Amino acid sequence: MGLEQKLGNMGVVTARLEDLVNWSRTNAMWPMLFGLACCAIEMMSAQAANYDMSRFGMELMRPSPRQSDLMIVAGRVSRKMAPVLRRLYDQMPDPKWVIAMGDCASCGGVFNNYAVVQGVDEVVPVDVYVAGCPPRPEALIHGVITLHEKVRREKMKDWA
Amino acid sequence: MSENNSVVTENLVKQFGGQATEFAGEISVMIAVEKFADAARAIHDEFKFDLMSSMTAVDYWPEENPRFHLVYRFTSIANRQSLNVRVPIAAYAPTAPTLETIYHNANWQEREVFDMFGIQFLGHSDMRRILMPHDWEGHPLRKDYPLGYEEPQFSFNFDEIDVRKPYAKNRRGE
Amino acid sequence: MAQIEEVTLDGMTHLVSDRALQGETMLLNMGPQHPSTHGVLRLLLELDGETVLAAIPDIGFLHTGVEKNMEAKTYQKAEVMTDRLDYMNTVGNNLAYCLAVEKLIGLDVPLRAQALRVILAELKRISSHMVWLGTSALDLAAMSDFMYCFREREMILDILELVSGQRMMTTYIRPGGVWRDVPVEFEAAVRNLLKILPNRIDQYESLLTKNPLFIDRTVGIGKISAEDAVNWGLTGATLRGSGVNYDLRKFAPYSGYEQYDFEVPVRIEGDVRARYLVRIAEMRQSIRIIQQALDKLPMGPVRSNNYKFVPPPRSEIGNSMEALIHHFKYWTEGFNAPKGSVYSAVESPRGELGVYLESDGGPKPFRVHFRTPSFDNLQVLPVLAKGFLVADLVAIIGSVDIVLGDIDR
Repeated sequence: MGLEQKLGNMGVVTARLEDLVNWSRTNAMWPMLFGLACCAIEMMSAQAANYDMSRFGMELMRPSPRQSDLMIVAGRVSRKMAPVLRRLYDQMPDPKWVIAMGDCASCGGVFNNYAVVQGVDEVVPVDVYVAGCPPRPEALIHGVITLHEKVRREKMKDWA
Repeated sequence: MSENNSVVTENLVKQFGGQATEFAGEISVMIAVEKFADAARAIHDEFKFDLMSSMTAVDYWPEENPRFHLVYRFTSIANRQSLNVRVPIAAYAPTAPTLETIYHNANWQEREVFDMFGIQFLGHSDMRRILMPHDWEGHPLRKDYPLGYEEPQFSFNFDEIDVRKPYAKNRRGE
Repeated sequence: MAQIEEVTLDGMTHLVSDRALQGETMLLNMGPQHPSTHGVLRLLLELDGETVLAAIPDIGFLHTGVEKNMEAKTYQKAEVMTDRLDYMNTVGNNLAYCLAVEKLIGLDVPLRAQALRVILAELKRISSHMVWLGTSALDLAAMSDFMYCFREREMILDILELVSGQRMMTTYIRPGGVWRDVPVEFEAAVRNLLKILPNRIDQYESLLTKNPLFIDRTVGIGKISAEDAVNWGLTGATLRGSGVNYDLRKFAPYSGYEQYDFEVPVRIEGDVRARYLVRIAEMRQSIRIIQQALDKLPMGPVRSNNYKFVPPPRSEIGNSMEALIHHFKYWTEGFNAPKGSVYSAVESPRGELGVYLESDGGPKPFRVHFRTPSFDNLQVLPVLAKGFLVADLVAIIGSVDIVLGDIDR
């Protein structure tokens, strides 16, 4: 407290390291393009002008997993696609988070059969589930903000 | 349209045998599998049906003979007609001649029928699976193949199913 | 070389040439996750420098098993799955399935419902072409068109939400008619949209049609002749760009299309630019159709009153015993369809979308097969792309307008 009173006049701010790092991680989280099916179209709508996602720093959707932090699994994952999904997740560098967008990614959705993986958490560990078929762009943005709040609460001992 | 169609179906039945049935205003011709290659050649060249609109198969298990029916639909754009053809296939010999040289889009359609039903097409250039992974066993759309239904988790059986469900771990094993 | 075989070729060794296996030409995997393949499509490219010698598609990464799953549900409950096939044209999928069911059971559809079906199908066609334009232009690095197209698409989705409560997967069209009557704000909203749309389409065109960069990238690329196109089973704008006038709305009209006056745009060059111009012209013709349908919209019921196949209105359930019994049997057992098989097709933005429906006399479909346009349209890609550069391949995939949900079902 006393330190800030003395240093405040010199234009210096002090904060905890955890808060600073978590704040910088949330403000520019780059998503990876993983649109598979119908939810991908709503993800593109969320990216477009009406429900702008670039106000959260997410306008750059990197196709390459090496340059992204967030994987939004949008759409149904079939059995042929599951190993590809796991391989892309492994190629992302830490820290990384996963949002399961839509009902098919969360639990298999409408399709309960031999071809669709019942919930993408059988393949990759998921942080936030967004429900809807397909979820509205506002619902996706709510999921992104929930993820931001979750990242803000992370502790130093759990960091990658 | 159905008057022209009946002329075509009569000619087909005369040349290649088989029967014609009618349902909901449309006529289907059933042709035996041995005569089907020649019939398809005639349909394309003589009767000028230049577009193969659709090709699929139906499984009638547990009937053994015939177990499958191949269903084709041909369209003639210039004459504004369509033709339905059914080919019965027995369970002990699930093979049929390929139409790949006559209608090029039969290439993938026949691969899909092979993948889903197990019917081999003789003379096809590339007979392998198209929709399922290449090392999948079984033919999903047959009636003796299970749906793969997984029991949904309600509140009363949540914990039992949770134990059996394979959750993923990330690289560090958490 | 043995290592490359195990990892990438996956049983496709017989399709690549010997030069590739010896290492003279390069094998490149344009994998399932790629920004320009419009979905999860895997292409195995054989390249000599930048020139494409062979482009082998590998599909099935979005296979959902819809056809088998629909065999386990009754007719009205299975309709929910049809929305999710070609997710750009959800209204058209519902329409194709409902036309097949109505043909099978011999159900009539009132005139108001037919006109509403036409209006919504054409609105969805415009919205699908907008997404096509936005994403193809994005692949060719014209990013502003992407933002403009999605802005108008939001207006169309607002109208769909007004009518059915859902933006994309509406399931509004049901066997016998439509789900319920449109609210009073519908007509004003559609007329407002029709007033501003022609101007906006001019705006999209002004960026691309006469642009010398766009012309350089699209003229003469991916040509196919008319007889080859028909032999390969192409339908839709891909076929009409090569000079064949085959549109199911004129070939075998359904749902009252014969009373509307519109043209089918056809061009003869057969290249990427021809297909682009055909689709832009189709958007304008759709506006004409919606205008006529809205002007002629008749009054009347919106669903058939044959209560054996259509649920009775809730208001009657309290008063009439038959209505209660029909309601109970409809939702628990479903209705029994007569034994037989039908095929009915509609014109989706991508081509001929056909439904083959066979029944064995029970309440569940015995076999449902969807003849999807993108399946046949994608088959011709190796023929179209041979000899062009990799950058042209991206333009060609954009012009064929595939949707992977359509292909893999």
